[in-house]
Amino acid sequence: MDQGLSYFSTFVLVFICFQEAFVLKYHFDWSIVTSGKYFDWLVSGLKITLELSSVSIVLAFLLGLLIAVMRMSHIKPIRFIASAYLEFFRNTPLLVQIFFWYFGSYKILPTAVNDWLNSTNFEFAAAVIALTIYTSAFIAEDIRSGILSIPKEQMEAARSAGFSFLRSMQYIILPQAVRITVPPLVNQFLNLAKNSSLAMTIGVMELTYQARQVESYTFKGFEAFTAATLVYLVISVSITWAVHVYDRRVLNPQKAG
Amino acid sequence: MDEFLNFQVIADNFTYFMIGRYPKGPLGGLGLTLYLAVVSCILSMFGGLILGLLSISKKRWVRWPSVVFINAVRGLPLLMVIFWMYFLLPALLGRTVPESRTVIFGLTLFTSAYMSQIVRAGIEGIPRGQTEAALSTGLKHWQAMIYIVLPQGLRNMIPSFVNQFVSLIKDTSLAFIVGVSELTHVGTQINNRTMAYPTEIFIFIAAVYFVICYAFTSLSRLLERKLSVGSSA
Repeated sequence: MDQGLSYFSTFVLVFICFQEAFVLKYHFDWSIVTSGKYFDWLVSGLKITLELSSVSIVLAFLLGLLIAVMRMSHIKPIRFIASAYLEFFRNTPLLVQIFFWYFGSYKILPTAVNDWLNSTNFEFAAAVIALTIYTSAFIAEDIRSGILSIPKEQMEAARSAGFSFLRSMQYIILPQAVRITVPPLVNQFLNLAKNSSLAMTIGVMELTYQARQVESYTFKGFEAFTAATLVYLVISVSITWAVHVYDRRVLNPQKAG
Repeated sequence: MDEFLNFQVIADNFTYFMIGRYPKGPLGGLGLTLYLAVVSCILSMFGGLILGLLSISKKRWVRWPSVVFINAVRGLPLLMVIFWMYFLLPALLGRTVPESRTVIFGLTLFTSAYMSQIVRAGIEGIPRGQTEAALSTGLKHWQAMIYIVLPQGLRNMIPSFVNQFVSLIKDTSLAFIVGVSELTHVGTQINNRTMAYPTEIFIFIAAVYFVICYAFTSLSRLLERKLSVGSSA
């Protein structure tokens, strides 16, 4: 991965030029984001970003699996519900979905659920719900194309061996499909990490929120946003690299030689 | 609560949702959303084309920085890109920049990086023989690209461009964060004013986005079918 490694050297270079260009007008003070209180803020933001993305990716995977299987069902209404779900959540902005769950969901949820949500950290819960549902619609499509890539005969053989539709899925099709679906799923995790930045709009104190917070306390916007940008780049480079390694080692070992 | 959901609030503010205070004041609501999406889409098609061509250049010193730039932008959340624009543009230009301009810059930069991947895939999808034939007739490399490869590649890129436009419509909702009064911002504004109807307002806004985005998604699927049928026949 010379590309991935070179990434940072170029970034650092650009960033030095940048600093030189502004040096007359603007006094840089990197110490605020490398140690002390503001550094701790950014670290706690990163923790929440990772927490939010990890919880949501697990839930979104399960939900996406369910929708993908529903989408392949032989019963028409089930298939219709699954595609309606997919189309609706893929074709509306995530921000609007976040606002809906945060501000508007109380009218359509049962009282018991509302009480439980209010007893927890509601900002975080609303962000998890919105991110999970939004991402599950994308994951379901990834899983579906994974399932479609398994030869049809596998399903036919399983059915004729006496497995039901759901059992054939569970034991024969899905274990093979999931293996192929790993790279797109990992990319969805990367998308989630990026999309989770929208949770700042409802007050979840994740990385972007904290960067902005540091900016408004210190007026050092360049430093704060550079720090957050670097963290996002580290996340994305390491995930891209992991997918690359998986592809070489597991899916296409013949390419590696 | 007397009624379950009361959509009267939508009817009362319908024109404000659609065009803001337009004839008397600035354009807002859905009109501004579409304006931002269309302008950014056109700009980022050019941006994507340029970045895409640079990223497959034979020259290392051209290819390398553009690939790094594309990957860096793709690794960032759009929100981060918009914040950067918010800080950088005034510093670079030495004057204040209107918020909607900031958002258009941010969206263009962000979407160009994604469009460049489409351009690159479209060009790489054209058989190498085409370029070789063009070069052997005496065309220069850039001429072969512009007159032979791109016109064929662009045709295959059209469905993906439409998909990117759908993403762009959804992404304009982030203009909310810097206070541009597009559809989502108008929704939160009306929600703050009326207080009692968040569910109705956000369902309505989601439905409006859905109708537009779904129409374009369907168009992209149709184009994909039409164009692939045409090329195989």
